[in-house]
Amino acid sequence: MREGFITYRLVSSKRLNANTFWMTFDAAIEAEPGQFVMAWLPGVGEKPFSIAGMAPFSLMVVDVGPFSHALHQLQPGEKVWVKGPLGHGFQGSGKRLHLVGGGYGAAPLLALSRAVRGKEVDVTVCLGARTAEGLLLSENFADLGCQVELMTEDGSAGRKGLVTLAVEEALMEAKVEFLVACGPTEMLSAIASLALSYHVPYQLSWEAQMRCGMGLCGSCEVPQSFDPALPPGWLACFDGPVFINENP
Amino acid sequence: MPSQPDLSIEFCGIPMKNPLVLASGVMGTSATLLKRVALAGAGAVTAKSCGPVERAGHPNPVMVDWGHGLLNAIGLTNPGAKEEVALLAAAREALAPLGVPFFASIFAGTEEEFAQVAAVIAPAEPALIEVNISCPNVRDDFGTPFAANPETASAVTRAVKGAVGGIPIAVKLAPNVPDIGRIAAAVVDAGANAITAVNTMPGMVIDPEAAQPVLSNQTGGISGPALKPIALRCVAEIARAVDVPIIGTGGVLTGRDAVEMVMAGATAVGVGSAFWYRGADALTLIAEEMQTFMAQNGYSRVGDLIGKAVLR
Repeated sequence: MREGFITYRLVSSKRLNANTFWMTFDAAIEAEPGQFVMAWLPGVGEKPFSIAGMAPFSLMVVDVGPFSHALHQLQPGEKVWVKGPLGHGFQGSGKRLHLVGGGYGAAPLLALSRAVRGKEVDVTVCLGARTAEGLLLSENFADLGCQVELMTEDGSAGRKGLVTLAVEEALMEAKVEFLVACGPTEMLSAIASLALSYHVPYQLSWEAQMRCGMGLCGSCEVPQSFDPALPPGWLACFDGPVFINENP
Repeated sequence: MPSQPDLSIEFCGIPMKNPLVLASGVMGTSATLLKRVALAGAGAVTAKSCGPVERAGHPNPVMVDWGHGLLNAIGLTNPGAKEEVALLAAAREALAPLGVPFFASIFAGTEEEFAQVAAVIAPAEPALIEVNISCPNVRDDFGTPFAANPETASAVTRAVKGAVGGIPIAVKLAPNVPDIGRIAAAVVDAGANAITAVNTMPGMVIDPEAAQPVLSNQTGGISGPALKPIALRCVAEIARAVDVPIIGTGGVLTGRDAVEMVMAGATAVGVGSAFWYRGADALTLIAEEMQTFMAQNGYSRVGDLIGKAVLR
């Protein structure tokens, strides 16, 4: 549905770490993995969120500001207003997927892993964060049968180092057919340049300051300096959030 | 076999490959976005309006599709004229090789500021400067829009005209006035080379479950399908009242819509919300549909359509 907002009622809120909740709502949303919604709390504001689960509709919400803080205060039975699904998600991906999630970038990747489950797709997921505390959803990926690799900057869980280190190793060993990543801008830029230099097809889910969420206001342009393969004037909400480069 | 109908026009002496103009406020926030829209088939592109100083605009929600149109209150987000002039210079460089002219758009709170903003951006040499005296979403900061009466509208026009040298100006009018033809006549008397009609129509969308307006600004401007009949009537009134060319804007989503706008008296046709309704290829689709309509109905050039439905 494209018109107005649909309300969902919160069913449960599960704490994943000190500032992150997994929020499950009372109905499904018909969406492709990688699409997003604008969530509105009247009187508080409206922000974009990746869809973390479709059936039931679920969001992973990190407390980063007044809006996400207010979402965290929501009690079961209370409503959130949702515009969407919006944008374009991940597309068909072959039989071997290499997923890379930086911090809360893991959320849409879990939706993708769930969508390809039972389709004989071999999924490897590499999750990275500063510390063990920031690694999210690793058990959920494991439960889906994905191979999980963990990286932390301080070495408190998994291997010590940036997630891009693991990506480069996998690329050098020619283990990667298709790279799919979501996470902070710097991480995505680094992955884009790795994929471009190894000529491996990739899909990156970009984050940007979104206002209208409908492709008109121009706020969420992702510049070519972040990934030289992006076309000029690429809008995260309208053309993305997933940018697909099949022939790097 | 007859040749394809010719979509090219000349607007205030500016050659355009087709009559479709990216409307101000949509996607025009950077040189790269303007280039993108030019590559996507625009006859000309208009940058987002800029004012004397930077404005963040309104908090979210700023836009909603309410079923028969869109409602928006972005709130004239812009970097201020001094920054904008660099953006426009970059746009000129990016667009020159494509042969797509670019238009600037300006707003301000007083006649003097309008003249100052115009003088600051004129050196970027836009092909035309649109004078936005009709934004419905900044009443708290700027009061009643200048477009609301002929005296204030013509005073701003005169001030801008005196500050831009030879660059043609188009004054953008509001639909919610009792006699738009009279306002058009006043701004043309004051030196306007063209009219853009119309800006969005003030409106409100309430979410009954939230028991409050959807937009943080409470009210916004209606665009999309609901605006089209309002815009057609305004363009027709203006075409009867003045002899300058008109950029007819409001709810054009298809080639037939564009033809209607030209038949109401417009020479060029503004396109904005169509990107939401028809996707990134909206301009190409509209141009192709326009050409198909013309071929099927025996029109060989856009000029044959101008005012055909209303000027007798």
